[in-house]
Amino acid sequence: MRKTLAPYMLIAPSAVFLALLFLVPLVQTVALGFQRDGGWSLGNFAVMAGDLNFSDAVFNTFRIVLIVVPLQLCLAIGMALMLRHIQRGRDIVLWIWSIPLGISDLAAGLVWLAILNDRGYLNSALYHLGLVSGPQSYLTYETPVALLGAIILAEMWRATAIVLVIIVAGLQLVPKEYAEAAGVFGATPFQIFRRITLPLIKPSIQTALILRTVLAFEMFGIVLALGGRNVPVLVSEAYNWQYANQDYGVAAAYAVVVMVVSLAGTVVYLRVLRTPKEQRT
Amino acid sequence: MTVRRGIFLSGVLVLCAWTLVPIWLITLGAVGGRDAVNAWPKSFGLGQASLDTLASFLRIDGVLASALTSVEVAVLCMIFSIALGAPAGYALARYAFRGATTYRLLILMTRAFPVGILALPLTVGFINLGLYDTALGVALMHTALALPFAVLVSASLFQAIPRELEEAAWVFGCSTFTAFRRVVLPLALPGIAATSIFAFVISWNEVFAASVLTVRHRTLTAYLLAVLSESPLHVQFAGGLMLIVPSVLFIFLVRKHLFSMWGIANR
Amino acid sequence: MADILIDGIRKAFGPVVALEKVELRIADGEFLALLGPSGCGKTTLLRIIAGLETQTEGRILIGGRDVSALPPRSRGLGMVFQNYAVFPHMTVRDNVSFGLRMTGADSARIERQVKRAAGLLHIEPYLDRYPAQLSGGQRQRVAVARALAIEPAVLLMDEPLSNLDALLRLEMRAELKSVLREAGTTTVYVTHDQTEAMGLADRIAVLYAGRIQQLARPAEIYSHPATRFVGGFVGSPPMNFCELEAHGGEVTLGALRLATPHDGPVVMGLRGEDVEEVAPDQGFPLLVTVAEPMGSHTLVTGTLGAHRMRVVVPAARLPQAGETIHLRPLPGRLRWMNAETGAALETV
Repeated sequence: MRKTLAPYMLIAPSAVFLALLFLVPLVQTVALGFQRDGGWSLGNFAVMAGDLNFSDAVFNTFRIVLIVVPLQLCLAIGMALMLRHIQRGRDIVLWIWSIPLGISDLAAGLVWLAILNDRGYLNSALYHLGLVSGPQSYLTYETPVALLGAIILAEMWRATAIVLVIIVAGLQLVPKEYAEAAGVFGATPFQIFRRITLPLIKPSIQTALILRTVLAFEMFGIVLALGGRNVPVLVSEAYNWQYANQDYGVAAAYAVVVMVVSLAGTVVYLRVLRTPKEQRT
Repeated sequence: MTVRRGIFLSGVLVLCAWTLVPIWLITLGAVGGRDAVNAWPKSFGLGQASLDTLASFLRIDGVLASALTSVEVAVLCMIFSIALGAPAGYALARYAFRGATTYRLLILMTRAFPVGILALPLTVGFINLGLYDTALGVALMHTALALPFAVLVSASLFQAIPRELEEAAWVFGCSTFTAFRRVVLPLALPGIAATSIFAFVISWNEVFAASVLTVRHRTLTAYLLAVLSESPLHVQFAGGLMLIVPSVLFIFLVRKHLFSMWGIANR
Repeated sequence: MADILIDGIRKAFGPVVALEKVELRIADGEFLALLGPSGCGKTTLLRIIAGLETQTEGRILIGGRDVSALPPRSRGLGMVFQNYAVFPHMTVRDNVSFGLRMTGADSARIERQVKRAAGLLHIEPYLDRYPAQLSGGQRQRVAVARALAIEPAVLLMDEPLSNLDALLRLEMRAELKSVLREAGTTTVYVTHDQTEAMGLADRIAVLYAGRIQQLARPAEIYSHPATRFVGGFVGSPPMNFCELEAHGGEVTLGALRLATPHDGPVVMGLRGEDVEEVAPDQGFPLLVTVAEPMGSHTLVTGTLGAHRMRVVVPAARLPQAGETIHLRPLPGRLRWMNAETGAALETV
């Protein structure tokens, strides 16, 4: 390999950029979070934890993430396996299924608002079917379970596509001979899935879970669109402290919590779903 | 066998409907106007829909301006991501150099953090630099989101182009740069175009950082979020539809590259 | 142990016909090679036997049992894939025992048979390694051991040696032959390499354009090709062909008059090594264009009128380009073929 400056000149702009707009704000966030009234302290965290909305925000965030992410993974794997058995029109089905990939969480929230508001399409459909007699509310603080369900539904609708795309891409990297060999040697379709396909797409599952979990902790627009301030989550609280209360310290404390939780999730996935070097293809 | 096939196909259709019907419904909500939104029970056809609703939506103060800001931000983000990301991708693909691993680690680290949330501390710095509440400022933040993706995808795009092609060009008298421009670039261009479109979509859809970093020059997402509690439903639906349409078109454009991009990005 | 009956198997991929009414019976314990160029349908036929591909028409019987509609797992097969398909996330031991575990064998039997298969293929030292830690040749052995461990009634092999380098291939070929003889399993072996087919098989089925061109013992295939295609495909150098015009039951070739099965256009087939150099008045002339010394012999390429020919002469002889040498076919080694269909004609 030639010794040259070229690679350094090529990566330098992006490295500097990421240092300035990723590493620096990362450090700043932590610093901001641990400073209050001009000195180092845990004051921001104390304010945060003492806030009425804090425990709700934590519970809501975790509840949504822990329900949505596993469901999405299962649904996406199911869809990816279905795709393998579609003979004609596979491309168009794949395209339709990946459309939500391009839809922002705010837009997704608005979509489901159109369906689930009290005069929305769900109630209209139920009315036509004779199941309800008039508008029903699902998205108020009086119906917390339905509201949570609506957010989960909207998240499922919007973000399963990214998991699907990653899983399909992973499946494409697995030669079909492995499944064929397993079939020849007596494995049933379920055994093939369980013992061959699933372990071989483990790296893709890992990527999908990391990406989805980090993004799910960041969930924001969808919650505000459907629940307004009735469903506080970590990031919406950070937004409120920053914007409405102009208290950057507490906002940063929330950001630190979100980052720590995301990082912890990533580390867990990296360890649990590790593929040892010798087991790679 | 045919019964099972029937169940299977209806499953596929149900999942297609699950994706498409909500989009259809918000379209109805967006073009139906105030009357349709308040109607009870609603009809599921287009009815007396007209584009007037959408037109009047655009006339609402701030809507058109914020849409244009969104486009501006997204285009800038697209340009920055490729301009910064593609050269780095080329370096990762073609050179073995000290620090390559560290650089890769930096790129992968961005994945473990919710990058959008880093807009919070940037507010102060951006105010001092005059970047706060500007399209450029938001675009820079969005580039931090899209850049790691652009680097990884372009690295594998370049990796997929055999080094021998470039070497052949050198042998036949091309300089390093000419060889790149004439041989590598044309081969990598479709993939790079797809990557840049993806950067556009990432920026177009981003809500949090855009909301935090703007007050008056809002992007469409930031605008919609800000007026969420005070604007009538049909306006919100029109805004939602306006957010969805370009993304769906773009996803259609890059559909061929979608899987290679993600297949690559998870290696 | 079982015989295989391939009964009228036809396979079409849309408008493209891959196999045309193939009939084949493979005896119990026989080693049959399916030989042909790429795209001839040999792999498709093997995959139909395995159940990995569905035939458009016809039946497959294994040991007298119609398996045509059965999934691969119910056919009782062992198979070795071209790229081995050794599961990367399992140890060698788990790979070899995979088939036994899937069929619910008890652990004593699993251990016994893994030991036996691993012993046959000399992979005992690697049983606890992962495939990524093995060389290509070792992975190949694992693939074969995995197939033999289940003691299959039928063993299918799809170009198992094509990913190995030349030296290793030669070594594995000899070893496969002895291992399989010991196992006594009915084997169908797909290859495009004629030397592999010749060296390993009891019988060879030469496939071309979805049809079996010839089914015979290797020596027969070599010396009595049933069609022009077989003669040209089997043997190195391939058989030489000359389109000639016969009159009065013979053709004239240089100083030679050779008896033909009939008058009119006819194709003469002659293997490169089935000639001897003779005096000018006793043979046909060959104008040498290239002579390549191969060590054990010299390969001479030349022209006889409009025909190109490649012949083998002793290593000591190295004719120069431009020189004319005179050759005579060895007695009984000439083959005649129909000029239109390429089918071999009865030798007079």
